[in-house]
Amino acid sequence: MGNLWNRKALDVLLENLKKDYDVYAPKRWRGDGCYSDTDTIRYGRIDSFDEIVWNAKSDYSFKEALLPISDTILYFTENATQIPDDKKPRLIFLRACEINALKRLDDIYLNNGPEDYYYKRIREKAKFVLIGCSQSFDSCFCVSMNTNRTENFDAYCHRTKEGDLYLEFSDSALASYTEGIQVPEAVQEIQYVTENEEVVPVPENLPADIAGSQVWKEYAGRCIGCGRCNFVCPTCTCFTMQDIFYKDNENAGERRRVWASCQVDGYTDMAGGISFRKDQGERMRFKVLHKVYNYKNRFGYHMCVGCGRCENVCPEYISYIECLHKLSKIGGNEND
Amino acid sequence: MHIDVNTKKLKKNAFRVSKHRGITASRVRVPGGACNADVLMKVAEIAKEYGNGQVHITTRQGFEIEGIALEDMGKVNEMLQPVIENLDINQEDPGTGYASSGTRNVSACIGNRVCPFGNYNTAAFAKRIEKAIFPNDLHFKVALTGCANDCIKARMHDFGIIGMTLPQYDPSRCVSCNACVKGCDSLSVNALKMENYKIVHNKEKCVGCGVCVTKCPTRAWTRSEQKYYRLTIMGRTGKRNPRLGEDFLVWADEDTIIKVILNTYKFVKQYINPNAPGGKEHIGYIIDRVGFHEFKKWALDGVDLLPETIVKENVYWSGIHYR
Repeated sequence: MGNLWNRKALDVLLENLKKDYDVYAPKRWRGDGCYSDTDTIRYGRIDSFDEIVWNAKSDYSFKEALLPISDTILYFTENATQIPDDKKPRLIFLRACEINALKRLDDIYLNNGPEDYYYKRIREKAKFVLIGCSQSFDSCFCVSMNTNRTENFDAYCHRTKEGDLYLEFSDSALASYTEGIQVPEAVQEIQYVTENEEVVPVPENLPADIAGSQVWKEYAGRCIGCGRCNFVCPTCTCFTMQDIFYKDNENAGERRRVWASCQVDGYTDMAGGISFRKDQGERMRFKVLHKVYNYKNRFGYHMCVGCGRCENVCPEYISYIECLHKLSKIGGNEND
Repeated sequence: MHIDVNTKKLKKNAFRVSKHRGITASRVRVPGGACNADVLMKVAEIAKEYGNGQVHITTRQGFEIEGIALEDMGKVNEMLQPVIENLDINQEDPGTGYASSGTRNVSACIGNRVCPFGNYNTAAFAKRIEKAIFPNDLHFKVALTGCANDCIKARMHDFGIIGMTLPQYDPSRCVSCNACVKGCDSLSVNALKMENYKIVHNKEKCVGCGVCVTKCPTRAWTRSEQKYYRLTIMGRTGKRNPRLGEDFLVWADEDTIIKVILNTYKFVKQYINPNAPGGKEHIGYIIDRVGFHEFKKWALDGVDLLPETIVKENVYWSGIHYR
């Protein structure tokens, strides 16, 4: 059971929510794209439901609403450190594949050795609103990855044909923000994608020597190592640490953690000037096998959620989907 | 057969006196070099019906329909009407062809309609200039290029318009990947460096090419909402003193550039050599004669510059002197 919300009612709801939450959703950033007069759809705080882009896949995933790209995690002076204050809780609008990605982030940051303090303190106060998918977008292959459905959300919404928002709450704390707002009741199905144009074979029986396969060689000459595929990915979780010593006082500074990319130079740099995987083909191998091989060996399910963003963003038209097709020929797949 | 044609009028009607007696060529101006297939079809039709089937693609992005008999000029002008309308050319008397030829076609590179480096829609701005300055018989050459690569060779024009963007940096989105630093160094002017894992932008050095924006994988670098232009002036080819145009305005806006060009028409009317052959004199030679500061006074008359626009105090041209 849900309700149909018109624009006016949504304004009141958002004002109520904003008292306690920073509300994040995919929105259009005009002129923000790589090329002149192009937009980007990415996450940001919204001040109106009108800002939310419902009918397109965001170029960058929800990840940055939970894991800041560049985050100061402590300040230090000569003999003391201080952790920045807690951030305001977040309410995040996202799609089914991304809620599935959230499970991967949780497993990496919370169920993989010691819990990550910074992730945990944002994560445990965050609430998630599932955006229904009335259509599959370009290069989506969530059905192949079995990530087209989810039950782990605090509320659900989709836009109706009439332009209202169908909204239902499964979390009672969130539902309390609707008190006193009169909106008609309705019952509508949750919108899930049940088939994608891209049917991607997931290689399930890769040989142990797949890392040495010839399949990686061609990427050496094609990939430019920009890291876009990692930065748009909802499941890439790597970060690096940066200690900054303030220019005016080198005895004080801050420690940041910043997104890292296994495709970008510097990722494998070690003390002593050693670095591994200098070749872009090897980096492609590392990334792809993490998504559909190594991660599963540890957690029992694939990391990739099939959102297709890496496919959409690559400036060199390197197709991750095509790579999975090639791998499945080597290692068989479940979808054949 | 006797032929009595006023060659002065013929030239101003965008036809040419050719080396073949009795034969002319029709010069079809395409502002910004952007036209659709209908224009091409019409040009082909004219070439087949009244020309010799041959069309020259001109350096200034027009078509020169070759091998037209002088007596067919009227019929060619009638056939050109849909082209003129399609291209939205200013025209007082429909059916009479192009109304002038002194001011040359405003040409442009393909710009941001297609090119990843282009910082603005070059054809749209070219058409805006077209609407402001045509028809006109004074000898002006204007070209627009999308970025500092200057593929259209804007610097060889009286007015060269080079697209710029003032890159905007959001350090909170920067992952220190160095793509912008490497891109600026290898493709542009090396105006970026990394300090404390974040980028320091040397605004003095920056040419506004936008390479950092295209290279940035996280949208830490984005374009300024304001579109900026570098206006270079008085480049030229020719017999006496060919030279590249020099910067006059940097970080200027569209309105400023249009006003400066219109003001320059007034300046030329005031100072052109009354005995110039065919009533045409390169603006650059007029400025050489009366001085840059006099030109500048006229050019900037009534212009509201953006606060960030740099106006060059003095401009010195070099080039090769043959006379």
